[in-house]
Amino acid sequence: MTTIKTLKEAIALYVKPGMTVALEGFTHLIPNAAGLEIIRQGIKNLTLVRMTPDLIYDQMIGMGCADRMIFSWGGNPGVGSLHRFRDAYENATPHKLTIEEHDHAAMANAYTAGAAGLPLAVFDGYNGTSYADHNANIRSITCPFTGKELTAIPALRPDVGIIHAQRADRDGNVWLDGISGVQKETVLASTHTIVTVEEIVDHVSEDQGGCVIPNWVIDAVCETPYGAFPSYASGYYERNNSFYMQWDEISRDYDRFLHWMQTFVLETKDFSEYLEKLREAKYV
Amino acid sequence: MSSLNFNLQEMMTVAASRMLAADDVCFVGIGLPSAAANLARLTHAENIKLIYESGTLDTKPKTLPLSIGDGELSDTALSVISVPEMFRYWLQGGKIRTGFLGAAQVDRFANINTTVIGPYDAPKVRLPGAGGAPLIASHCQRVLITLRHSKRAFVEQLDFITSVGFYEGGNSREELGLRGQGPVMVITDLGILEPDPISRELVLTHLHPGVSVEQVITATGWPLKIDADLKTTPAPTAEELYLLRELNARTQEAYAPDGLST
Repeated sequence: MTTIKTLKEAIALYVKPGMTVALEGFTHLIPNAAGLEIIRQGIKNLTLVRMTPDLIYDQMIGMGCADRMIFSWGGNPGVGSLHRFRDAYENATPHKLTIEEHDHAAMANAYTAGAAGLPLAVFDGYNGTSYADHNANIRSITCPFTGKELTAIPALRPDVGIIHAQRADRDGNVWLDGISGVQKETVLASTHTIVTVEEIVDHVSEDQGGCVIPNWVIDAVCETPYGAFPSYASGYYERNNSFYMQWDEISRDYDRFLHWMQTFVLETKDFSEYLEKLREAKYV
Repeated sequence: MSSLNFNLQEMMTVAASRMLAADDVCFVGIGLPSAAANLARLTHAENIKLIYESGTLDTKPKTLPLSIGDGELSDTALSVISVPEMFRYWLQGGKIRTGFLGAAQVDRFANINTTVIGPYDAPKVRLPGAGGAPLIASHCQRVLITLRHSKRAFVEQLDFITSVGFYEGGNSREELGLRGQGPVMVITDLGILEPDPISRELVLTHLHPGVSVEQVITATGWPLKIDADLKTTPAPTAEELYLLRELNARTQEAYAPDGLST
């Protein structure tokens, strides 16, 4: 059953070195605050899973949290490359990062299989592409009814799944609305789950649309206003496009990146102090 | 070129927009395809259904999205579905007519690379990767591709096939068991290429106004075949240009430096 915790407590309790951790959110509701807290706590050797690694994984990789990444599109959306990801993958800075690469269809199917308690996902994809040449987890399976050759990949079963949502009630039932990506599948596929929310309210329901994820599949709910920044939370705040553009410059050079992370992340005690410092420095 | 009242980037977007049917159901890639698909909706295809992989069905954004999941897309969508539903039911399930893709590189059979240039484990350039493109390329009824024309983009040999076009040419796409017609057209800033019906190799069928055949040959990394009946793409109309520039201006304004709203 869910307990309401601070983000610091939840990350310390559930995220341990060497684990496989998924922080999901498809452009919308990206759990940025949770990723920064993992960096603050210096948790290393993680396998990071995410369909669309963007700024938060760039930050985690640059700070040395990850040994391995499972993904299907890695970039700064609408801006360009992830410099810290590329530097780790191409030049082993700060250390070697190995990758397991897929496309979105494969990742979405693998999360769905994980949520459904299956060992594998079966789908009709990858024929003729180069993926299987570089990813030993892409295999083939024959349909026992039709004889059709299909693609099989292992289910995704993260040790910890982390998402951001708009609201939770005091019992830890979570409500989210707008683009929902693979968040529900991530929660249901993971052994432990942490959900950061914009606010905790008396009551959540689907009367006004959206989707409620019941509290018995969630370990910790953490009230974290603006916790998706610089991504957005529909109904609360918009995507901060300018920060995504600024990140391109901040992250280009490793030393400048380290100095920036030291100043804004390691020297702030939590996400609200981080945001305050960004405001003071006119980044937002 | 100075006598023309439009540039080749605009010509590319306009030419690409015209390839969408008035009643098309189009899965839209971010960037150039998104500009063309939205221009189509503002010009001849008012009722076109635009779909983005973030889960937005029949969306009508006023400005071009910077990312594939901008709030503008979900706020103006008929329905917002999960990403697994999008890929499993709508794409794999064969519910999409036209897939509209951009690309970093293509080869003569319209296969696409958006993954890596150079060896996979020691890349010259590590690109973002696939996103949803492979299943869009393999499961839509037809595919349109749009990208800028250059020797770095139109290459003899891809280092990685991210999304399959006509694979090794001839019937090899069908033999792989892929659905649909595959890429019916590649629209660039210099002209339009279409697959030969038998070999499936891309052939230059249209030149944009003011562009020479030599320019296109120079910007293509393989010996490019030229259609015997090479045509000139009709120049953008005044209305097309006006609506495209308005769309770009609205988009630029929307991206002006923003702050945390409180």
